[in-house]
Amino acid sequence: MSWFKKLLPPRIKRDKKSVKGSVPEGLWVKCGSCEAVLYRSDLESNLHVCPKCAHHIRISARTRLDCFLDPDNRFEIGSEIIPVDTLKFKDSRRYVDRLSEAGAATGESDALVVQQGTLKGVPLVVAAFEFEFMGGSMGSVVGERFVRAVDAAREQKIPFVCFLASGGARMQEGLLSLMQMAKTCAALTRLSHDRLPFISVLTDPTMGGVSASFAMIGDVVIAEPNALIGFAGPRVIEQTVREKLPEGFQRAEFLLEKGAIDMIVDRRQSRDRIANLLGQLMHLNSEPD
Amino acid sequence: MKTVFLEFEQPIGELEAKIEELRFVQEDSAVDISQEIERLQKKSQSLTKEIYAGLKSWQIAQVARHSQRPYTLDYIEALFSDFDELHGDRAFSDDPAIVGGIARFGDRPVMIIGHQKGRDTKDRIYRNFGQARPEGYRKALRLMRLAEKFSLPILTFIDTPGAYPGIGAEERGQSEAIGRNLYEMAALKTPIICTVIGEGGSGGALAIGVGDQMLMLQYSIYSVISPEGCAAILWKTPEKTSEAAEALGITSTRLKSLGLVDKIVPEPLGGAHRDSAMMAQNLKRALQDALKQVDSIATMDELLDRRYERLMGYGKFKESRKG
Repeated sequence: MSWFKKLLPPRIKRDKKSVKGSVPEGLWVKCGSCEAVLYRSDLESNLHVCPKCAHHIRISARTRLDCFLDPDNRFEIGSEIIPVDTLKFKDSRRYVDRLSEAGAATGESDALVVQQGTLKGVPLVVAAFEFEFMGGSMGSVVGERFVRAVDAAREQKIPFVCFLASGGARMQEGLLSLMQMAKTCAALTRLSHDRLPFISVLTDPTMGGVSASFAMIGDVVIAEPNALIGFAGPRVIEQTVREKLPEGFQRAEFLLEKGAIDMIVDRRQSRDRIANLLGQLMHLNSEPD
Repeated sequence: MKTVFLEFEQPIGELEAKIEELRFVQEDSAVDISQEIERLQKKSQSLTKEIYAGLKSWQIAQVARHSQRPYTLDYIEALFSDFDELHGDRAFSDDPAIVGGIARFGDRPVMIIGHQKGRDTKDRIYRNFGQARPEGYRKALRLMRLAEKFSLPILTFIDTPGAYPGIGAEERGQSEAIGRNLYEMAALKTPIICTVIGEGGSGGALAIGVGDQMLMLQYSIYSVISPEGCAAILWKTPEKTSEAAEALGITSTRLKSLGLVDKIVPEPLGGAHRDSAMMAQNLKRALQDALKQVDSIATMDELLDRRYERLMGYGKFKESRKG
């Protein structure tokens, strides 16, 4: 290394994930899609949708709940359930270390946050995945919190809405994670038996074991624009079939065209659209705004 | 058929080759070498016992994937009579990676559904290596509903590397097909008995694996992700596959201790493929027991409640004080 280079500050490392994934701290934010430089508070008031190109930036579970639910009369369900390392799993790092790191980074104890609250005055239970917590992966805690959310909805005879963002099952819990797919789907059979709506909202990304369980079982299945949704990851598929994937493959618009989902709803309209759907499914009188 | 020996079985393979050689010589030999053959056979057996007593998870995975291991159709042939295979999902096509149909188990008509792998190259491609597409899972669901309608218990046989990750499979809703099966099986009004006979590969396995009794053959595996896949993602190198297999806890004994499996079906020494007749007998007995278990449940409501409680019981977590 030359003496001159040593004098220069190290090149600022661009963390791709934080640019594309969530909103980094700071006054100005660059849109991961169109690269427009946006004023942070503008972006927040626009529910983290780029005002220039309508790119839906990934948001945390709590931001999601704040965007979606009415501000008052909310309480959390299942936060007392916390993860344990049953398998004593260790790869390059221990599972317990990954858990505490994810906890410190997100402020959550696992990858699903459940709240009961109201949407335009209509009571409901909402669950939201925290993608930044180990890729939103589903292990025992996510499964159990999901079931408690369904149970709460059944107890009070109110609808259940889930916002998904997950890479799939959590490998560090082995087969216990796989079984959460069966557990969550089983809980939904009871909700359905009680004729209470389950609305599934697929956000970027919804993959693997989460996609292949309750994601597609919604009475209404909604996706956010351009969300990546699928069973197998695009790279795995490319390696398997050894051909180039078609344009827009596994994107929300592609799924709509193939008949896999009911509709694509812009985040800024999700309160209106879901309230309207629930109102009709639950035979509620429409309230003038 | 000549037994194919796995890498860690090479010492057994060498002994067996020697025995074979001696047998060949014996035919036109004046000297009686049968005692020597017998001695070597005993040695081979004790060596097999020794090796199999200390199998690592990754080695068990290789036995579970052995190219000579009995597949679903082999068990159908050995355990059942009057099998009528039923084809197609009535919407798109027939998926040869899953077979199903009605047969008699003893006197009793049952519905059989299982993954099917191929034996030779052509057959393997035809069966897509046991990797089902959405139409396979939808065929399975159609047969399950048929079983419900005519009160046939369902016996499923799980043996797949996983659901097929292909373009067409995604386009036709692989996720929905698997999720739908999980959902429907949870409340299907007929007993369901699931057996992992080889490879239980993730969601593609679970899609015919929700039921009232969960059996596993001794050297079968059941995992959320293949050890290779897990090593590639978490260790970022295929060299750690064996460690990944150990960490994931994929073996029948480990899963039984976690409460995810009800019964381990013992395999013959050296694995199911070494004595498929004995394996079939063991499986038959285990399935009879499992059926007796579900028969002892008085009403359909109780069966479904128990199935529900069983599913709700899956998972390990801590519950801290509220607040």
